[in-house]
Amino acid sequence: MKSSVITFPGSNCDRDMDVALKKFGFNNKMVWHNDNELPKSDLVVLPGGFSYGDYLRCGSMASKSKIMQSVINFAKSGGLVMGICNGFQILVESGLVPGVLLRNKYLEFICKNVFVKIENKDNPYFKNLDKDIFEFHIAHNEGNYFCTGDQLKEIEDNNQVAIYYCNNNGKTEEKFNPNGSLKNIAGIFNKEKNVLGMMPHPERMIDKSLSGEDGSLFFKNLINNIR
Amino acid sequence: MEVNEQIAIDHGLKKDEYKKICDLLKRTPNLTELGIFSAMWNEHCSYKSSRLHLKKLPTTGKKVIQGPGENAGVIDIEDGDAIVFKIESHNHPSFIEPYQGAATGVGGIMRDVFTMGARPIANLNSIHFGSPQHKKTKNLLRGVVHGIGGYGNCMGVPTIAGQTSFDSSYNGNILVNAMTLGLVKKNKIFYSKAAGLNKPVIYVGSKTGRDGIHGASMASASFDEKIEEKKPTVQVGDPFTEKLLLEACLELMAGDSIIAIQDMGAAGLTSSSIEMASKGNLGIELNLNKVPCRETKMTPYEIMLSESQERMLIVLENGKEGLAKKIFDKWNLDFAIIGKTTKTKNIELFFDNEQVAKIPVNTLVENSPMYDRKWKKSKLPKKIKFEKEVFSNLKIKGVLQKILSNQNICSKEWIWRQYDHTVMGDTIQKPGGDSGVVRVHGTEKAVAATVDSSAVYCWAHPLTGGKQVVAESWRNLISVGATPIAITNCLNFGSPEKEDNMGEFVECVKGIGEASKYLEFPVVSGNVSFYNQTKEVGIKPTPSIGGVGLIKNYKKMITMDFKEINNLVLIIGKTEGHIDQSLFARTILDEKNGPPPEINLFNEKNNGQSLLSLIEKDYIKSAHDISLGGLITAVSKMCIKGNKGIKIKRSKSLISEIEYLFSEDQGRYIIEIDPKNLKEVTKILNKNSVHHEELGIIIEKEMIINEKTKVTIDELKSYNTNWLTNFMSS
Repeated sequence: MKSSVITFPGSNCDRDMDVALKKFGFNNKMVWHNDNELPKSDLVVLPGGFSYGDYLRCGSMASKSKIMQSVINFAKSGGLVMGICNGFQILVESGLVPGVLLRNKYLEFICKNVFVKIENKDNPYFKNLDKDIFEFHIAHNEGNYFCTGDQLKEIEDNNQVAIYYCNNNGKTEEKFNPNGSLKNIAGIFNKEKNVLGMMPHPERMIDKSLSGEDGSLFFKNLINNIR
Repeated sequence: MEVNEQIAIDHGLKKDEYKKICDLLKRTPNLTELGIFSAMWNEHCSYKSSRLHLKKLPTTGKKVIQGPGENAGVIDIEDGDAIVFKIESHNHPSFIEPYQGAATGVGGIMRDVFTMGARPIANLNSIHFGSPQHKKTKNLLRGVVHGIGGYGNCMGVPTIAGQTSFDSSYNGNILVNAMTLGLVKKNKIFYSKAAGLNKPVIYVGSKTGRDGIHGASMASASFDEKIEEKKPTVQVGDPFTEKLLLEACLELMAGDSIIAIQDMGAAGLTSSSIEMASKGNLGIELNLNKVPCRETKMTPYEIMLSESQERMLIVLENGKEGLAKKIFDKWNLDFAIIGKTTKTKNIELFFDNEQVAKIPVNTLVENSPMYDRKWKKSKLPKKIKFEKEVFSNLKIKGVLQKILSNQNICSKEWIWRQYDHTVMGDTIQKPGGDSGVVRVHGTEKAVAATVDSSAVYCWAHPLTGGKQVVAESWRNLISVGATPIAITNCLNFGSPEKEDNMGEFVECVKGIGEASKYLEFPVVSGNVSFYNQTKEVGIKPTPSIGGVGLIKNYKKMITMDFKEINNLVLIIGKTEGHIDQSLFARTILDEKNGPPPEINLFNEKNNGQSLLSLIEKDYIKSAHDISLGGLITAVSKMCIKGNKGIKIKRSKSLISEIEYLFSEDQGRYIIEIDPKNLKEVTKILNKNSVHHEELGIIIEKEMIINEKTKVTIDELKSYNTNWLTNFMSS
């Protein structure tokens, strides 16, 4: 299975994502933001970091990078595109998924483990996973998801919410919301479910010596789903 | 402008220093030249008050590849890998402008590390603030934490450990010390020594602006009421540009184009060009019209003294200019050939086709002033005689609550959860442990790092305090199962022109030297920050020690959380009941006098090495060193982290219960073992003549002391976790 990770100026989780994808069997290529064409890929990942130093708005300048036209075309033709953290911010700025990501409610960068609940498994990312609640890791300053009431209705009607912040029992109450996100939303799909944007970093949870191993479950399942 | 003595004094030079400049040049310097001298001869760059004493530190060892004198120290971690590391202060700018001051401190130390060819893999910091009641403390803390996070997070380097303290002696002078570790192949280390004639001198990175002019001079003076006016001397950081600079430099370093490289830190273009020329015993010629500037009409004086961040100076091999330019273009960074190396041994500057400065390099470096400042030796204070009733009237639980919630003991999670501590995917021990630990990517090895200081002990008796900090660093590394290798030091003191403060410096350095020599734990890099002083009041002497150690197999790393019910808990090292200068004496009894606990270096080494051998044999389930707050504080943290309790036996010791629980005798650790290994463990400790005793047994959810005091784990947690969050939101 072929994957591509895009490196923007200021990306800093590109290497970590490369390590994770290779560990679980992807043949991964690093792709430079200034390239015109994506290599042939089964999965394209926009990694975390601070593309363009978060100047203007997080993800805004990266969304106008040369490679993004190719990524957008790939997504529109049904290709799998996953944006993690800053990658999620780039996805919303490119219009590939709805909504915006605002500054965290408490105005602080937050780095910690969180629990997330998978709401909908009828998609190539989560289908066949045999549990619903995952422990992932977040590290961000602008992860406070927001959209208009009409958008939210559409998102919910289409089952586009990918994951919600919750506790270890799957309760999605406000007190388990680390950043003020609307309805505890931690990740979201496009309408067709081939594009996934999420704040948590599964690539930081791929080894029992790290913060946990739920990332391993996610990647193992993902490559099996794509095969 | 004609230069005269008054202008020299306004530049922070002394009368006799100005006279020396005129004598060395055999003429009056022009303003640009004077600016260059003042930048090179200030305390921050010249170490003129400290050099004489720093020379006495042990700086060599089997594992030392590079000691002090380069951008950072380098140690061997086997298999062709090396760790580059250093700690540096950014105290003065952080007080004036906490966000930018702290951010550029982090940026500066990372640049020191990647200048040597190493990719930064971990950041640490030691930050000290005034009393929580002081009106500036909260804003300074918030600004500094945001600044450290803002820079390190954006760079994608995990912040894995740190230290925070509050003490009224920092009311007017906070301390911000930043440390970085980088990983490099032993045969790909880059140095700052220029070599060869007519080699192109290249400027890369950000453009030069007017920010930070005279920053190093500002950091070499005491503060007064006009300190706010110094804001323009604080640099402004751009971590995004630094991330690009890091990637571009490492890409260029993969080839063989670079002869020498030096980052533009304190005193910017001045010190970087002069250091490269001085180390290479060469001259250097620069055309300042070629320097990329972001403001118009900048003068040679401003260009040479700007401390704009994220800039590097490189001496390239001839013919590699095109290749280098292509890399910096790719990363959208400025690249300019601004000069060449020469045989003249002068620094010569040209601007608008005129020579604007010509100074022999040796006058700036070798002939810089060195002072043997007067200093006062301090006496060991007399031991305080505490009345037994004072102790017996206290309720253990109440005292424990006060100690665990003390601002210098409580959990600092509010701080470190704002730092990305997991990026790069190799952090296997995060902040809150004895040391932070990161794996050496793709190997079985891991590197442990800790940063420590004990200003109270250093203030009470500098010689003992100096030794203690090194010993504590050593213990923190051993507690996670790492073999200590070397240290870096950041020496924060008051004015060297005052005999008391100079005495504190001299004796702390002596203590650091004695301990690091005995423990074979050499000093490979460091930095001195004097003048942490507002008017007549200096800070408590605060040497920060950054220690680095190696874990050969990361799966053998130890953490402090209690692991299993019914396991035994032992104390290594003897508890003698030294209460003077303990947190208990200072906060509960309000007794601020007396000597700090004594350091027995033989015991430190023996106890530490014995524990390492137990770890090697897989006997140790958890370990934690005993430091501030004494035995019971250490045990409480192990309970909190492991979510388990302990039943503590009545001690056979003759000292009172309070002394047993809260004294701060040194050289001690708490360890958890499987009861089936007790015999073997005892045998090894006895064989090594290591004092040890059984403390108790791990139980569920409750700490029971001598069958009468009971504290639940939830109570311990509530004592320890809330202070900082409440303080910051109050």
